[in-house]
Amino acid sequence: MNTVKKMKYTIEKDILKFIDECLKKEHPESYLISILHKVQGRYGYLTEQHMNEVAQRLQVPTSTVSGVATFYHFFRLKPQGKFAVSVCLGTACFVKGADKVLEAFKSELGIDMGETTSDGLFSVELSRCLGVCALAPVVTINDKVYSKVTVKKVPELISQVRAEAKAAAEKE
Amino acid sequence: MKNVNITIDNTPLVVKEGTTIMEAAEALGIKIPRLCFHPDLSIEGACRICIVEVEGARNYVPSCATKVHEGMNIKTNSPEIRQARRDLLELILDNHPQSCQTCERDGNCELQNLAYTLGVRERHFEGKRKKYPVESSSPSVIRNAEKCILCRRCVRVCSEIQGIHNLSQLNRGFNTVVAPAHEGPMADSVCIACGQCINVCPVASFMEKPSTEPVWKALADPDTFVIAQIAPSIRAAIGEGFNLPVGTPCTGKTVTALRRLGFDAVFDTNFGADLTIIEEANEFLERVKSGENLPLLTSCSPGWVKFMEHFYPEMIPHASSCRSPMTMLSALLKTYYAEKEDIDPKKIFVVGVMPCTAKKFEIERPEHQSPEGYPLTDAVLTTREAVWMIKAYGIDFVNLPDDEFDAPLGFSSGAADIFGTTGGVMEAALRTAAEKLTGKPLEKIEFTQVRAVDGLKEATLEIAGMKINVAVTNGLQNAKTILEKVKKGKKQYHLIELMACPGGCIAGGGQPYPPDGSYVLDKEVMKKRARALYTIDESKKIRKSHDNPYIKKLYEEYLGEPGGEKAHHLLHTTYAPKEPRGIK
Repeated sequence: MNTVKKMKYTIEKDILKFIDECLKKEHPESYLISILHKVQGRYGYLTEQHMNEVAQRLQVPTSTVSGVATFYHFFRLKPQGKFAVSVCLGTACFVKGADKVLEAFKSELGIDMGETTSDGLFSVELSRCLGVCALAPVVTINDKVYSKVTVKKVPELISQVRAEAKAAAEKE
Repeated sequence: MKNVNITIDNTPLVVKEGTTIMEAAEALGIKIPRLCFHPDLSIEGACRICIVEVEGARNYVPSCATKVHEGMNIKTNSPEIRQARRDLLELILDNHPQSCQTCERDGNCELQNLAYTLGVRERHFEGKRKKYPVESSSPSVIRNAEKCILCRRCVRVCSEIQGIHNLSQLNRGFNTVVAPAHEGPMADSVCIACGQCINVCPVASFMEKPSTEPVWKALADPDTFVIAQIAPSIRAAIGEGFNLPVGTPCTGKTVTALRRLGFDAVFDTNFGADLTIIEEANEFLERVKSGENLPLLTSCSPGWVKFMEHFYPEMIPHASSCRSPMTMLSALLKTYYAEKEDIDPKKIFVVGVMPCTAKKFEIERPEHQSPEGYPLTDAVLTTREAVWMIKAYGIDFVNLPDDEFDAPLGFSSGAADIFGTTGGVMEAALRTAAEKLTGKPLEKIEFTQVRAVDGLKEATLEIAGMKINVAVTNGLQNAKTILEKVKKGKKQYHLIELMACPGGCIAGGGQPYPPDGSYVLDKEVMKKRARALYTIDESKKIRKSHDNPYIKKLYEEYLGEPGGEKAHHLLHTTYAPKEPRGIK
C-alpha cells in the first residue's frame, strides 16, 4: 500500500548519465549550472519538470535549482520562438536608434522581451555588441544578421520571415 | 585560543580570537542594532544595519560578519555611523508598505522597532513598491512577499534548522522574491507547515492563516456547542502574550479566559496525550515482542509527519499509527462525549488552541474527517491568535482567577504536561512502557537522560533486562541525521521521538513572539517554558498516563482494550507518501 513511487525521468539518458558522473565527483552540487546548460542546450529552455528532475537526480533542493535558473539571464524558462529575434543594444546600435527598433519588434509582434508569440514563431530578446558596429543597428534572427535596421523596416522583415516559414512548411 | 586586545567606544577590551565585533560589543553591554542577524543561523550580512566604524578601514563594516583583530579600534555610535544606519534603514523602509496600523505585526515588528530605535522620524524617500499577491494556498502559512525585506532568515531556518529547503530567493535585483521552487503555491510544495518562517520573520511576510473569524462566529451561535482544548505547551507560553515573565504556568487562567470568551466546555489536550501514551506504549510493546518495524517513531508532531511523507516515505511502516493527542481528543469529543451528553456531533465545534501552525494542516487531512464527512477538529488557533482573541474581547488575563478543566476529558497525569517539550513524549512513554515491561512500579519516575533542549540526544536504558536504545530529536535537520543512522543499521534503535520544531512544541510556529531582551528560538526562553511544564508535572500526584483514572474508565466504558478494534478506529490513522519528494 505504501509503495514509494520512483521518479519518472523525461530528460534523455545521456544527460542523466552526465548527472550521475557529476555525483561521483567532489561537491556534485557545483555542477548544477553546467547540467542546466546541457538541459537547455537540448530542449531550448528549462521546464519545471526538467528542473525537478535535475533536483532529484543531483539531490539538490528544487528551490535552489529554481533560484539558480531564475537568477542567471542565460537560462530561459519559456520556449524560444522558431525565429529568435535578437536586437543589439550595444553602444553604437543604441546611438543609431536600436531601442526604437526593439520597441517596434515588440509592438509589431505583440510580445514583451523574453516572450514568444502564441503561434510559436517569434521570440524577442536583446544582445550586446556583436562586433559589427559599422552596420548598426544590427538585428539577428536565428543565425542571420540584418544590418542598418530601421523602425520602418521591421514589419517588412517580419512578413518576410513569415513568408519564408510558410514556404518551408509547404515544401515539407 | 589567543586573546586579542581591542577598543570599543574608547573602552579597552580583551576578547578571544575569532570573536565577531557584534559579540565583543555585547560583552561590553552594547547591543548593536541588527536586522538580518540571528544567533542560531548562518551569517548573512544582507541588511547592513549592524555596521560600525573601524579605524583604518575604508568602509563601515558589518559587525555580525567581521571578526576582531589585534589593536582594532571600533566606534559603534559616532554621529556618522548613526546617520549611515538610519539611511540604510530608510532605504529598506522605502520599498516596504506603509501599512503598519493594519498589519498583523503592528507593535511586534522588528522593522518598526528598529525605525523607532534608530530615530527614523520622517520618510524622506518614496521608493518603488513591490507588488505581489498574497499567497494563501497553504492551510497553515501565508506568504506575503510585498512586506518582505529579503533578510533571508526564513530561507536559512527552513534549510539550516529544518532541513526542508523549501524557500529560496528567486529572480534577481528588485524582482528578487522569497518563495518555494518555481514560485509555486506553498500548498503544493515540500513545506511541512511548521511555521518557523513565521517565527523568524522580522516583519509580517510570513503569517499563520487566521482562524479567528470562524471561531468568533461559532461562539456567537447559540445552536453550536463550542469546545476548546488546549495543548500542553500553551500553558507554558500564553502568559508571555500578556507580558507575564517567561515560564509562568497559566493553566487555570487560560481555562477561565476561554470560558469568558464563550466556550461551552474547555478540555485538556493532555487527556489526549495520556491516551496517546497508552496506545503508543501498547504499540511499542507489541513491536518489541515481535521485533518488527523497530524503531517506533512517534507521530504527535504534524510537521514531522508531513516531513516523513515527503522526505522519508520509506520510514512510514516505522511510524506509530497513533493520531496526535489533539485529534484523538477531538475524535472522542464527537463520539464518546457527544453520546454521553446527548449532543448532536454535527452541532459540536471543536477548537484546538495549539502552539503549532501544522495543526491547521492536520485538521484538513482526509484521514481526520469523520466517516460522516465532518472534520474531527473544526478550527485550530495558534497561541498568538488565542492571545489576540482574549485581548480583543477585553479580558484582563493577568488578573483572572484560576479555573479547572471540565470533566471527564480535562483530567491528565503529569506525563501529559511534559509532551510539550522535546524529550517529553519519550519520558511519558517510558514511564508507562517501563512499568508494563517490568510489571513493577517505577523506583524513579523521571527519565532525566532524555531531557535537554539540545537538538539530538541518544540514551540506552536497561529495562527488564533489556537494553533499550532511544533517541530524541527536534528540528528536522536532526531528524535527518537520526533517520540516516537508522537506515545504516549499525545500531538497533527501539524508540525515537521526533518533533518538528527546535525545542519541541514549546517553540512551535504559533507561539508568542519573543519578549523584549530575548530572540526567536532563544534557548533560555525554551528552557524556562520547559521548566514550567516540568514544574506542573512535579506538582501532580498522578504522573503516569496509565494511572489516570479517567483514562481507565474510558477504556472500561467505551474503548475496550488498548489497540483494540474501537480504539484502532477512533485513535489511529494512516500515512501515505507525498509529492513533491523532498531532497534528503
